Amino acid sequence: MGARIGVVTFPGSLDDRDALRAVRLAGAEPVTLWHADADLHDVDAVVLPGGFSYGDYLRAGAISRFAPVMDTLVDAAKGGLPVLGVCNGFQILCESHLLPGAMIKNNHRTFICRDQVLSVENTTTAWTSAFTTGQRITIPLKNQDGQYVADERTLDELEAEGRVVFRYQDWNPNGSRRDIAGVTNVGGNVVGLMPHPEHATEPGFGPDTAKGPRAGVDGLGFFTSVLSALVR
Amino acid sequence: MIHSAPATTLAAMGTVVVDVMPKPEILDPQGKAVRSALPRLGLDGFIEVRQGKRFELTVEGEVTDEVLAQARRAAETLLSNPIIEDVVAVTAVKRCACGEGGCC
Repeated sequence: MGARIGVVTFPGSLDDRDALRAVRLAGAEPVTLWHADADLHDVDAVVLPGGFSYGDYLRAGAISRFAPVMDTLVDAAKGGLPVLGVCNGFQILCESHLLPGAMIKNNHRTFICRDQVLSVENTTTAWTSAFTTGQRITIPLKNQDGQYVADERTLDELEAEGRVVFRYQDWNPNGSRRDIAGVTNVGGNVVGLMPHPEHATEPGFGPDTAKGPRAGVDGLGFFTSVLSALVR
Repeated sequence: MIHSAPATTLAAMGTVVVDVMPKPEILDPQGKAVRSALPRLGLDGFIEVRQGKRFELTVEGEVTDEVLAQARRAAETLLSNPIIEDVVAVTAVKRCACGEGGCC
């Protein structure tokens, strides 16, 4: 069997099933992981899925950050394990300090759900090697607390080190600083973003494209990227 | 003869109040929404509203220095995110087990 990619389910996770499905469509073995189980079960990479873990109580991702699985995951990520955080997963990675910055409520104060165009700014991370630099991709975006914020010094550092991985194109949907949709850590193994690649991995269920309605599969590249990173 | 109240109602409980506010430079969408609703009530004198959080951490017995230190740790780790929020106060208050103030 090929690479094993784990998806963690927290109380209130919504997109864990879609993430497991995306892993399978990319050709890897999906492994379900549980927030209360500190064991990562020998997976080769981990996805923290979207949703509203703990109802977003306190702050989005703040309580999940202290789940038993996160202690193990934080150590493994610091040791180079590829980790992708999507939406609530991105918020958890920020609360865990694996990624810099934080998410606050959208500047327009409403929930948003749309197909969003992004540019891929860094193709050297574990999760983006299947793309070309500057490539425009379209994947769904759906969130309440999606406004990425960090102090100016941190933002300047991220820009200088090429750690802004995705930027919103055409329209900034939530007021994120410098149109940032996703960032990576220094090692390039941990990536977090607000939009949802796992919802754009199968023809018939993705965003509309020129090829046809719901034909978009731009999200599949995230999962094939990590597979080739694991083979290397 | 004066009957003494059951011991449980006499045991004072200590509470630490932690106040957390969004950093001044961070846009506060919730405060903005509240601010824009106030004029609908005829309250049009408020030019800005910022919304924070108040936590009440209760212990059995007195709020000792150790309890305060633990409350500060809670405030800085879980109760606030230093990137977007400030802990503006960690204050010990006395609470009575009977639920009313002033009796113990």
